[in-house]
Amino acid sequence: MSLIKVTIDNIEVEVEAGTTILNAARQIGGSVVPPAMCYYSKLEGSGGYCRTCLVKVAQGSAKDPRPMPKLVPSCRTTVQDGMVVQNITSPEVMENRRAITEFLLINHPLDCPVCDQAGECHLQDLSYAHGLDETQTVEERRTFEPIDIGDKIKLNMNRCILCYRCVKVADQITDHRVHGVLGRGDHSEISTHILKAIDNDFSGNMIDVCPVGALTDKTFRFKSRVWFTKPFDAHRECPTCSGKTAIWMKGEEILRVTGRKDKYGEVEEFICNDCRFNHKEIKDWIVEGPRTIERHSVISQNHYQK
Amino acid sequence: MAKQILLNNIEVPGLAGFEVYRRLGGYSAVEKALKNFTPDQVTEEVKKSGLKGRGGAGFPAGMKWGFIDKKNETRYFVCNYDESEPGTFKDRFLGQMNPHLLIEGMILGSYALGARSSYIYIRGELFYVLKILEKAIDEAYLNGFLGENIKGSGYSLDLYVHPGAGAYICGEETALLESLEGKRGNPRIKPPFPAIVGLYGCPTVVNNVETIAALPWIMNNGGEAYAAIGIGNSKGTKLISACGHINKPGVYEIELGLPVEEFIYSDEYCGGIRNGNKLKAVVAGGSSVPILPAHLILKTAKGEPRLMSYESLAEGGFETGTMLGSGGFIVMDDTTCIVKNLLTFSRFYHHESCGQCSPCREGTGWIEKILTRIENGQGTMKDIDLLVNIARHVEGNTICPLGDAAAWPVASAIRHFREEFEEHVKLQRCPLSK
Amino acid sequence: MEDKNNITAFNTGTLALVNRIIKRYPQGRQKSALLPVLHIAQSENNGWLSSEIMDYVATLLDIQPIEVYEVASFYSMFNLQPVGNCVIEVCQTGPCWLKGAEEIIAHYEARLGIKVGETTADGRFTLKTVECLAACGNAPVLQVGTEYHEHLTLQKAGQLLDKWQAENKISHTNPYL
Repeated sequence: MSLIKVTIDNIEVEVEAGTTILNAARQIGGSVVPPAMCYYSKLEGSGGYCRTCLVKVAQGSAKDPRPMPKLVPSCRTTVQDGMVVQNITSPEVMENRRAITEFLLINHPLDCPVCDQAGECHLQDLSYAHGLDETQTVEERRTFEPIDIGDKIKLNMNRCILCYRCVKVADQITDHRVHGVLGRGDHSEISTHILKAIDNDFSGNMIDVCPVGALTDKTFRFKSRVWFTKPFDAHRECPTCSGKTAIWMKGEEILRVTGRKDKYGEVEEFICNDCRFNHKEIKDWIVEGPRTIERHSVISQNHYQK
Repeated sequence: MAKQILLNNIEVPGLAGFEVYRRLGGYSAVEKALKNFTPDQVTEEVKKSGLKGRGGAGFPAGMKWGFIDKKNETRYFVCNYDESEPGTFKDRFLGQMNPHLLIEGMILGSYALGARSSYIYIRGELFYVLKILEKAIDEAYLNGFLGENIKGSGYSLDLYVHPGAGAYICGEETALLESLEGKRGNPRIKPPFPAIVGLYGCPTVVNNVETIAALPWIMNNGGEAYAAIGIGNSKGTKLISACGHINKPGVYEIELGLPVEEFIYSDEYCGGIRNGNKLKAVVAGGSSVPILPAHLILKTAKGEPRLMSYESLAEGGFETGTMLGSGGFIVMDDTTCIVKNLLTFSRFYHHESCGQCSPCREGTGWIEKILTRIENGQGTMKDIDLLVNIARHVEGNTICPLGDAAAWPVASAIRHFREEFEEHVKLQRCPLSK
Repeated sequence: MEDKNNITAFNTGTLALVNRIIKRYPQGRQKSALLPVLHIAQSENNGWLSSEIMDYVATLLDIQPIEVYEVASFYSMFNLQPVGNCVIEVCQTGPCWLKGAEEIIAHYEARLGIKVGETTADGRFTLKTVECLAACGNAPVLQVGTEYHEHLTLQKAGQLLDKWQAENKISHTNPYL
């Protein structure tokens, strides 16, 4: 595979042809990595919607050095040899990211105090990094009633940022999708239309891919703030999935089971609902050891970091 | 009388029927092309003509055809009949009056691109036009201009009409293709462009009704003859949908380069402003293009007469100019509240945003809410700047051009009529509402 | 309007039409027929799409029900709630507003005793506002079923309503017939 050179925020990196700007930035790591609210590397066709990862292409390629006329979604734009990208070094990018963050928040309920996602919420992190310190909206927010989709998953549509990840999970790793995006524009909602339970061996992964608190684990609901729990890598013999999970403990109790998430919040492997919902006893698991949490969110500030 | 290419014979009774159309020379372009021209030669003529896409973006049609990936055996040619841009109603008129002209253009384009099945995607509200088109298509099949081995040429083509169901966004070509595939009209992320990956994953060209309807004339008279009409890079004729506060609203075919002043005031066209009122503003190319006050639509900032052409309307950039767009020419007299007019546009874009990407989904609704407050006398001075800011951050940051289309009217209305917004705030009511 | 006799399947005549439409698209691309088939389904189901009829359409086209719901809920011409026999859709966008659409809307609200978006108690009329119908030169305009009514004045709008009332107008007829 031939390697091509791309420069992001003055840092040069060599990547395989076909790599997106976002993934090239992830290869560099650190602060030059654009935030991604909808892109998910394990879900085909994801990304492009939230626009938080927009970057400036100051030089298209060595062959054609013209800059691109508009900011581009780094998750959906492949690098060219000699491309020069500006992320945090571009005031225009940062200014737009602030605006995009605001767009994502104007209809968000800001109910973090009662949201189970608080502490591991990407929207929280995004607003912390890029949000305004005051709100410019006086308008009423769009509201939906929270509903149960199945006995294990709570859907709170008010918090949804329409990243489409859960739809892609259902399309790509379950046998058939029963939920989708209904409606149009800012009235779009994740829904099953007629109250249908999402009942599928892998449906619980929708919770893991959700960047916000729109889809939460009912078995963990209001049990604890995530930062009071400690994640451990654990595994079990599972006939359905790899059985490799993260178990979240408070004292001796397993409060929830999730996939093992990397520093970008993406699970390493999707896990089955049996592992996720039905094995909350420590005897169910072989515990490998504490997980490293590298994300910059509040939960990484806790004492259990390696 | 100005040059008539598209509206030629439009008054002839029975033109929508095959016999009358044929008697007036219809389908001769198809005969000529199939007999004497290779598909690439047809494309060549279109390139020579300088014909630009008439849907709004103004992209050269021949160049668009040139991008099609001919390595793929299955290719599609699709007509964009989703005419929904406020102020634009030329395609509705043309297709219902002269359906065979569109069909003939579809055959020419399909032949040039090597398409074997072609689709006309028409907005669902226009079902009655769909039926006119289907009747005309049946006639074309009966007379051997569609179907197997057209006129013994060895070229075969099937043509179908497909209804939308109420979505402006499907006028964006990739949303149109999604919709044609039976999906939500969510624009695709580009690249890849339709010429490489289009309908059902195959190379596809999507053209507007008016663009396609110009093809028979170009084929009959040659690309150079078409290019000789018009001015500068604005070749040929353009249908202008004229509406609002003028004496004679309607669809007019103009030779590009006609002075705007003549278009508004001449009896051949709009016939002046109603009730002898004063002209206040014009939106020259469909609701999405920047609004201009009277003095800037009649003359450029340099004081030259403004012409109905791509270049002249754009003269001065967005500071003092606008765009020809789709040719939807909306005229407002001095009784018009610019804020309220803008509010109806912003409500439209909010209603039509597909909701896929966040700046458009959230920004369009926010804009509408703020404008509603200002119009109702509950706005603040800060709101006016906030609108400018929101528009600036929607523009250019979205998957498809709907974001720009929603932002430009806001930015331009405040640019040119800021005092009217401020007056709403100061008076705490609309100064012009009855 | 629960007493309405909603359908759960097409009759043979309609099925033949639907099959003709499906054949317009390549093999395996029958989902393409979704919008035309939903138009037909809505017209045969008293002007709206119930879950039952959408599930039936999913079966006909061999797709998942959710694929029908997400499409039906996207397009503004589809009604996912029951509507009156005659749905009056008045355009309210800029060019129609410039020519007095608001007066037309107010006139219908007053005469029907309902607000935009509502249906009269007798189930005969639903009043809707719609966005641009591409007839701006003949503004103000409204649509009832597949019919356009243009160059509206208050007088003309009133006469139209008289006529619809007298003939018990039904706007949801099969648009292909």
